[in-house]
Amino acid sequence: MSAPTPMSGQFARFAVSPARRRKDKLARAAITACTVIALIPLGLVVYYLLSKGLGSWSWSFLSTDPTGNTFFKASSIGGIKSAILGTVEIVALASAIAIPIGIGVAVWLVEYGRASGFAKVVRFFVDVLTGVPSIVFGLFIYIVLIVGTGSSYAGYKGSFALALLMLPVVIRSAEVILLLIPDALRESALALGAPRWRVIFSIVLPTALPGMVTGVLLAIARAAGETAPLLFTAAATDKTNLNLGQFMNSLPVQIYKDVTSPTTAVVNRAWGAALTLVAMILLLNLIARLISRRSRLA
Amino acid sequence: MNTAAMPGGDRPILARSPLARLPDRALKYGLTILAALILALIVYFFVRLVGQARPAFAHAGVFGFTFNNDWNVSGEKFGALPLVVGTLITSGLALLIGVPIAVATALYANELCPLRLRAALTVLVELLAAVPSVVYGLWGIFFLAPKLQPVEQWFANRLSFIPFIGGDSVTIPNYFVAGLILAIMILPIVSAISREVMATVPADHKEAALGLGATRWEMIRTAVLPYCRAGIVGGAMLGLGRAIGETIAVTIVIGDAPGLGKHLFGQGYSLAAVIANEFGEAQGLHRSALFAAGLVLFVLTLLVNGVARVLVSRASHPSKTPSAPQAAVGPGQVAGAVAGA
Amino acid sequence: MTPDGTSPQVADMEPESRTGLGRERIAPQTGAPADAHPVAPADAAGTVETKQGLSVTLEQLKAFYGDAEQVKGIDLDFRANEVTAIIGPSGCGKSTMVRCINRMHEEIPGAHAEGRVLLDDADVYDPSVDVVAVRRAIGMVFQKPNPFPTMSVFDNVAAGLRLGSGGRGGRGKADLHAKVEGALRAAGLWDEMSDRLSEPGAGLSGGQQQRLCIARSLAVEPEVILMDEPCSALDPIATLKIEELIDELKKRVTIVIVTHNMQQAARVADRTAFMLSGELVEVGPTQEIFTKPNDSRTEEYVTGKFG
Repeated sequence: MSAPTPMSGQFARFAVSPARRRKDKLARAAITACTVIALIPLGLVVYYLLSKGLGSWSWSFLSTDPTGNTFFKASSIGGIKSAILGTVEIVALASAIAIPIGIGVAVWLVEYGRASGFAKVVRFFVDVLTGVPSIVFGLFIYIVLIVGTGSSYAGYKGSFALALLMLPVVIRSAEVILLLIPDALRESALALGAPRWRVIFSIVLPTALPGMVTGVLLAIARAAGETAPLLFTAAATDKTNLNLGQFMNSLPVQIYKDVTSPTTAVVNRAWGAALTLVAMILLLNLIARLISRRSRLA
Repeated sequence: MNTAAMPGGDRPILARSPLARLPDRALKYGLTILAALILALIVYFFVRLVGQARPAFAHAGVFGFTFNNDWNVSGEKFGALPLVVGTLITSGLALLIGVPIAVATALYANELCPLRLRAALTVLVELLAAVPSVVYGLWGIFFLAPKLQPVEQWFANRLSFIPFIGGDSVTIPNYFVAGLILAIMILPIVSAISREVMATVPADHKEAALGLGATRWEMIRTAVLPYCRAGIVGGAMLGLGRAIGETIAVTIVIGDAPGLGKHLFGQGYSLAAVIANEFGEAQGLHRSALFAAGLVLFVLTLLVNGVARVLVSRASHPSKTPSAPQAAVGPGQVAGAVAGA
Repeated sequence: MTPDGTSPQVADMEPESRTGLGRERIAPQTGAPADAHPVAPADAAGTVETKQGLSVTLEQLKAFYGDAEQVKGIDLDFRANEVTAIIGPSGCGKSTMVRCINRMHEEIPGAHAEGRVLLDDADVYDPSVDVVAVRRAIGMVFQKPNPFPTMSVFDNVAAGLRLGSGGRGGRGKADLHAKVEGALRAAGLWDEMSDRLSEPGAGLSGGQQQRLCIARSLAVEPEVILMDEPCSALDPIATLKIEELIDELKKRVTIVIVTHNMQQAARVADRTAFMLSGELVEVGPTQEIFTKPNDSRTEEYVTGKFG
């Protein structure tokens, strides 16, 4: 066999045929190329966000409300203050709803429900929730809280829609972490004569806390970027409004509104708002990753 | 220690007051009720959605609503075929483009990548999932679509003999751009699931292949890919579920034209986009039709996700019964669970 | 091999030797006052020495995992203030049997037990009995040392006291501290740990961790301590320390120890029971089991022919 590379003595006759070698090289190159291609959009998105968005950033951009005067010059269209505050408020309320409920359900699944038939049904429904498109959550809340009550859009209704979206994420991630906690830990606490509720609150939850924080932060990050569930629940408004019972602006909805504008200045505001939103979400992701790296369950 | 209790006999050591048992029961039943309430809520939402969609279904029939090719708001005609087709074309494109790249990324990370780079690569791919939908839409319509237009036009001209591909003039927002954006958006989830499934390939299978003198690619082809096929298909289905339900990015880059697009590079519509775009102004039958579109979307994602879950759970636990799919979850699955949502 | 001072009696298989220890205070619940502290707190920390363990009697104990019968009707008597070792090949049901005594077995989904387990003369499976109280009376030490990872040394020992009561341990801070010190002393850890109380429990060596777990069990002042292969994860020196500790502890509690190590059974146990396939083959003074067992299967096992 004539190997292309010099093979010393004995091994030459075991050399891989050139055809096989070529195929291997080709396949490896293709796989590597695909990986590079996969990362190109990330680079481009980040590059455009920075190059277009940073230009919009200024103190007045962050500290003034949008004016709605989309046909005037750039200085009069206003900033994104109401959108930032609205996003923070809506997401905060959504977290306050989804996190306790989600962790409660996860605790029930792991500590009480286990492999029972009812637990299987609950898991199935959580899976169903996971797959529901985010806009359908908006429709659900619209039907129940707007058609059902005959009232109009409000910030808290947006929070409910986002909470529905967060719920399966929180349940799933908390359940995964709770399952990682060794049974020996629960058993040793039970064997000390601790009632189950004390085992859960004093042993299981504190041990699981760092891991659950990671999942929760990722859920919050996800909810913060959602537009569709807010469109017909919290709606949009230009003015800063701290009352969750009223129309409320948010960053994603602001961006969505601005994208369709023919005015360059307004589109630039969308870039600035997008950069702000992505920065907030990446920050949450970063914190989540740092926490999860620090707490590896034994 | 028990000297105080010894003589009296009034303190049975195996007794505990009913009061002390109360918190245990309260927690147990409280949490059970909470779980039950979640179920009830989902069922309730579904029933209400069906109720809201009923007028539209009554108007044209469920079949007629879904498959009539006529979405005309002013004419009160609501046949959702253009939307269904738009959803299917864009999600199909997303799979076609996204899945091979995602699987390749997973292969690279698991089999070819230097160990030092693996974590960084994983994080970068997962960051793709952190970019909000509306930002992809913004980037897609102002950067990707205009830049792609000449290329698309070139393809459309050269390949005009293939039906549906070309001939006509290319618009900036179109099916293809929407599919491409969706491909980017489903990449992280498909890649994450593939990576997880590939990690379950037993080392001795791979070593057996290498030990026989297989090249790395031959090892991947003979030991890794066959073992992971079901899991990868499941991951692709989860990606499909996401692509079908994706709303805002598609709404921005698909063009929102309420008819069946004439070709791949023409404007169209999708089920999710029509809701986002028209719901605000919709009244009466129109609104009901949008609820019906939401219901079709919901059922479609339910089916796709159901199949996906079965495939993924079978693939990740080949030796176990499907009754205990949560038994073998690892820390990496937190990200998986989150990405899958 | 039998430690001096505890003259083993003749092997008797009948569970009748509850003599001399019958204390009336162990009775099934009969209109007990609403008191969350079933075990009265001690007046002083040092009084542990006066405490005595209680006997445990198994009557036709059966344990199941689903429909599979793992323990097949065992009658066995663990005498107060003695160390009884359970030996047998792996899978013979010895751990399962021991986990039935403090009702840990039923924590496994689908598992249940039948028969009676008498602590002195109170059946721990009586419907009126609270499982939490059972576990406070019958402590357990597990195979792998498992201190609570989020807690310090002190908090680990105090855990049982705090977890069992309404939140605080005992009647006050000083009392809690006294109890923790007492338990650490009893577990032979006080000298090593007295200035490391605030360190995380998971940072100790394996042997120290296991003694910490023993101290944790002792702190709630149980009558009986079950040890499920407590040394299988430890090195020989740490094992020796635990064995010395067991010898010390039996003055105040009854000890049941599961072991796969026959030398260990011979070193620490007053009596030894041999189990095979979920059944009790024989029980008797340790020396007899190892030198002249009645059953040929026991002889084959202790001489290393199988298992």
